[in-house]
Amino acid sequence: MSGPMVDLRGIHKSFGALEVLKGVSLEVEQGQVVVVLGPSGSGKSTLLRTINHLEKVDRGHVSIDGDLLGYRRSGGKLHELKEREILKQRTHIGFVFQNFNLFPHLTVLENVAEAPLSAQRKRKAEVHADAVRLLARVGLSDKENAYPRQLSGGQQQRVAIARALALSPKLLLFDEPTSALDPELVGEVLDVIKDLAATGTTMIVVTHEIGFAREVADRVVFMDEGVIVEQGPPTAVLDHPQHPRTRAFLSKVL
Amino acid sequence: MSVSARPLVAAPDDEADPASLEVVPARHPWRWVGVAVVLVLLAQFVHGLVTNPGWDWPTFRQYFTADSILRAVGVTIELTVHGTVLGFALGVVLALMRLSRSPFLQVVSWTYVWAFRSIPLIVQLLFWFNIAYLYQRFDFGIPFGPSFISFDTKDLIGPMSAAVLGLALHQAAYSAEIVRSGIIAVDHGQLEAAAALGIPRLRQFRRIVLPQAMRSILPNAANEVISLFKGTSVVSVMAIGELFYQAQVIYGRNARVVALLMVATVWYIAMTTLLSVVQHHVERHYAKGALRDLPPTPLQRLRARWSALRARAGATR
Repeated sequence: MSGPMVDLRGIHKSFGALEVLKGVSLEVEQGQVVVVLGPSGSGKSTLLRTINHLEKVDRGHVSIDGDLLGYRRSGGKLHELKEREILKQRTHIGFVFQNFNLFPHLTVLENVAEAPLSAQRKRKAEVHADAVRLLARVGLSDKENAYPRQLSGGQQQRVAIARALALSPKLLLFDEPTSALDPELVGEVLDVIKDLAATGTTMIVVTHEIGFAREVADRVVFMDEGVIVEQGPPTAVLDHPQHPRTRAFLSKVL
Repeated sequence: MSVSARPLVAAPDDEADPASLEVVPARHPWRWVGVAVVLVLLAQFVHGLVTNPGWDWPTFRQYFTADSILRAVGVTIELTVHGTVLGFALGVVLALMRLSRSPFLQVVSWTYVWAFRSIPLIVQLLFWFNIAYLYQRFDFGIPFGPSFISFDTKDLIGPMSAAVLGLALHQAAYSAEIVRSGIIAVDHGQLEAAAALGIPRLRQFRRIVLPQAMRSILPNAANEVISLFKGTSVVSVMAIGELFYQAQVIYGRNARVVALLMVATVWYIAMTTLLSVVQHHVERHYAKGALRDLPPTPLQRLRARWSALRARAGATR
């Protein structure tokens, strides 16, 4: 592959009068794990959500693996894609939510199998076998027929990760995956994400877990007030922050 | 154990481990008084039902399963089924229009609900009954152009169709709001998750949103079906032979008003009971995953009570 897996150029996004993203550019190479840190309200979650078009950007553009997201370029113009085409683009991007957002009326297995069946139109037997394998991978083989509400938060988030993986995405996005969990359940979810990182999956993780960033990230990005303030290898950003705002943030959380 | 504040002359029992002591349940004497009062009132009521000749039970028996009444029950069920199916079908469409991103469709849906909720059902029914006065013919063809087929309105919309049309269109306005309330009650995160997974739009609605919306739609929808079922009695103003109209016709002939009203009443109660049972089971179906364990059915509950009682009786013996 030639270009970067993720290419964000000059992303601007406002909610009403509030400008949340003020021109963010970011490149992520294939197989890289990027951890985004920053105080709440800094725009990290919004940035993540623009990457799979859950938020439409006001200015700038997003490319995944060379494909422009949400638009088609032809005749010197950008043509907005139909929702059906955007949905198709999203199947290449796995997204894990802070609040899991599992489908409560479907069993664990049905949750994992839903998207491959309906969005990728794969055959049932194949999807079923994949789902069983993925649930084993996140350590939940015995929970296939349970409903999400019968599981702990940590187990639910692991199901959500399996569900995101079921589409065999090129890229995984994590939006504060452990923020809604009790402290003793954080570890089991981070372990699953670490395993994924070790297998060379391209990932962008928004989190407050500094220890996790230090251990897993190839690159740490620090955001504040809608811009990237500083980025680099974890040792550089976390141990020798250059910018006063990074230092202020780290002194509070460490 | 700490020492008690008041040095009592403790019985030897009080020293023992609480786990080994017999538990005496709290008594509720006033509950029993309440039960006794209600039982007496109930007994009086039942006694009156049996002994008061005014209820005229022989006539009730004579007519309860009479052919004309059974046919009328059939008409009432037919009106209810058609009204429900057509009403909810149109209601779903109206709800989706209201929730769509097109401002035009939103306004149309809002206006429909506004209009049909504002006009009393009986007035709407009479309008439909007299539709042939407004439009003598129905032409199907190119709008504002030539017509291919033409119908006489009186042939196309008889009294029964007019009644179904009136009930269904009225019902659609209420159904639309019930369906809409169910859909907007589904957590927004569910739609985001479905969108993030690239699940096609229609499938998102059918597989993810609707089953969850059903939980809050169902109790209200059942209310509507039951109220429509009883509401069909309004159609008697159009001289359609449904249950209430038929009862009126018969007591008009033989003057046994109370007995025939009871015939209609018992049929209405019986059918509503059946609908309530169906409602209970459909709701259980959609409760899947919403609760950690499904609540027991009334029958299961009764059985559990019974075996608990027997176990208690066995233990004391």
